[in-house]
Amino acid sequence: MAIEVRDVTKSFGTTPVLRDVSVDVESGSLTALLGPSGGGKSTLLRVIAGLERPDIGTVHISGVDATRLSPQRRDVGFVFQHYAAFKHLTVFRNVAFGLEIRKRPKDEIRERVMELLELVHLEKLADRYPSQLSGGQRQRMALARALAVEPKVLLLDEPFGALDAQVRKELRTWLRRLHDEVHVTTVFVTHDQEEAIEVADTIVVLADGEVKQVGSPAEVYDHPVDPFVMRFLGPVTEIGGDLVRPHDIEISASPLDGGTPATIARVVRLGFEVRVEVEVDGQDGREAWVQVTRELADRLGLAPGDTVTLRPTPGARRLALSAV
Amino acid sequence: MARYGLRTLAVVYLLFLLVLPVILIIWRTFAGGLAPFAEALTSPSALHAFQVTVVVAGWAVVANTVFGIGVSLLLTRHSFPGKRLLNAFIDLPMAVSPVVVGLALILVYGRFAPVGGLLESWGFQVIFSTPGMVIATVFVSMPLVVRALVPVLEELGDEQEQAAHTLGASRLQSFLRITLPGIRWALGYGVVLCLARSLGEYGAVAVVSGRLVDQTQTLTLFVEERFQNFDQPAAFAAATALALVAVLTLLLTKLLRPKD
Ligand SMILES: Nc1ncnc2c1ncn2[C@@H]1O[C@H](COP(=O)(O)OP(=O)(O)OP(=O)(O)O)[C@@H](O)[C@H]1O
Ligand SMILES: [Mg+2]
Repeated sequence: MAIEVRDVTKSFGTTPVLRDVSVDVESGSLTALLGPSGGGKSTLLRVIAGLERPDIGTVHISGVDATRLSPQRRDVGFVFQHYAAFKHLTVFRNVAFGLEIRKRPKDEIRERVMELLELVHLEKLADRYPSQLSGGQRQRMALARALAVEPKVLLLDEPFGALDAQVRKELRTWLRRLHDEVHVTTVFVTHDQEEAIEVADTIVVLADGEVKQVGSPAEVYDHPVDPFVMRFLGPVTEIGGDLVRPHDIEISASPLDGGTPATIARVVRLGFEVRVEVEVDGQDGREAWVQVTRELADRLGLAPGDTVTLRPTPGARRLALSAV
Repeated sequence: MARYGLRTLAVVYLLFLLVLPVILIIWRTFAGGLAPFAEALTSPSALHAFQVTVVVAGWAVVANTVFGIGVSLLLTRHSFPGKRLLNAFIDLPMAVSPVVVGLALILVYGRFAPVGGLLESWGFQVIFSTPGMVIATVFVSMPLVVRALVPVLEELGDEQEQAAHTLGASRLQSFLRITLPGIRWALGYGVVLCLARSLGEYGAVAVVSGRLVDQTQTLTLFVEERFQNFDQPAAFAAATALALVAVLTLLLTKLLRPKD
């Protein structure tokens, strides 16, 4: 294990922010810490980096007990949400910082920095100052800076949080590819479930300071342990007292065994997908919706006012709401 | 109409309070040409007063720079009980009359006071000597560096410092390589203000120095003493020199002030 967090508890004043958190991160993996705002993701990442001390619990990095080590001695790369670029240093000097601190020879520093700048596609901007870079470029510079010292683990706090949707998408794919190339154990924080599913090999769902679930993207998406995780990882809807993914529902014009009758309220066409909003009988006005393909919607001729029957598909993951 | 009235009032106010006195001093100083001015400033007493002023202000600036950086880091980067009290205390020298400061120092460091007596028995005289004058000057110019640094440190935030730590920098390294370059202009501004205040200090230094001519006399004390002894050329020459230094520091602060 590259990182082992054991029973970590952390409070700010009287507010508990992490409660008995244990997380294992496998060497060479790309792990996402996913959860709602204020759930304690940044705090956990900062505890791993040594920027916060846990009240109780231990942190091991590459088998060494790092709980009492200062960030200076932990060999972690940390990328801050707002980049924390050294404003008075050029891109080159920013990336060179860790190597200069380690008193590496000048030639070696130059070679390594240029290599990294090429990796993050900033080799042409080496002499610029951070204020002359775009957000995405600053982010990549921060990444190169963290990678320069060859950290044992790389920690990224909402690496793409402050960027617009288009750039986010690009950088996501780029991060995935970079990780395949560099292979450093990476943990990144996000509150965007799509980002976590797309990029990570393991997802840790953290909410209210507790680990709710750990697993591969498919596991947490398809087998959420509770309604909270299910809601957080993707779209859900409610039929017959169960929480179901809207794409896991069969819709039929004729009655089905074990089906629930409903009336179509609206049919919204979103390109390839069609979102059918229905009023389910006996659900006191709480609306549900079903996601179908355009082809199916056309074949069934779905229209507002139609009466239909809904039934979760046989393999669908269902969570009974009443149990909670 | 009202606008012109206000403008006239402001101009007249400035004319009588600032422009006229300064012009008159400069005019009186140079009335006899440059030679008397140079002569008055190169008398042994004047040169000695210069020297004392530079020594006292120099030490005061060094002390307040170190203290100012330390306290502003404490106020912006740490939390501890009594922080708000410390914050309020920093401004105390602005509110207290320098004469009171001088008297209070004599009460603590005077020959017949406990602390002063103890130091004296070790052969270290504070009052009526340079250390006392430095302490008095440090006290009156204490808040200037802190007040220049705190807002800048707050705006700078501590993320860059934390990033430096994760990259292997020690506290000292991160201070020297990251924090200091980030606050250099504000620090320069605070130091220059502190220097100007130290050079011009009169009240507190007058009390603790004992005004011993050719021993503990600073330039401001020299001006006053010469004037009392009807040596107007020397008084005006030294006053003009002080005013010129003040104008110079003012220009420097304008240069150092953050552009935004
Ligand atoms: N230095 C601090 N002092 C006091 N409270 C803090 C401090 N840092 C974080 N908190 C509190 O701890 C809780 C968790 O914060 P944290 O930053 O870890 O959340 P997060 O999951 O990263 O949220 P986000 O997605 O909004 O960044 C929040 O309620 C926050 O107010
Ligand atoms: Mg956060």
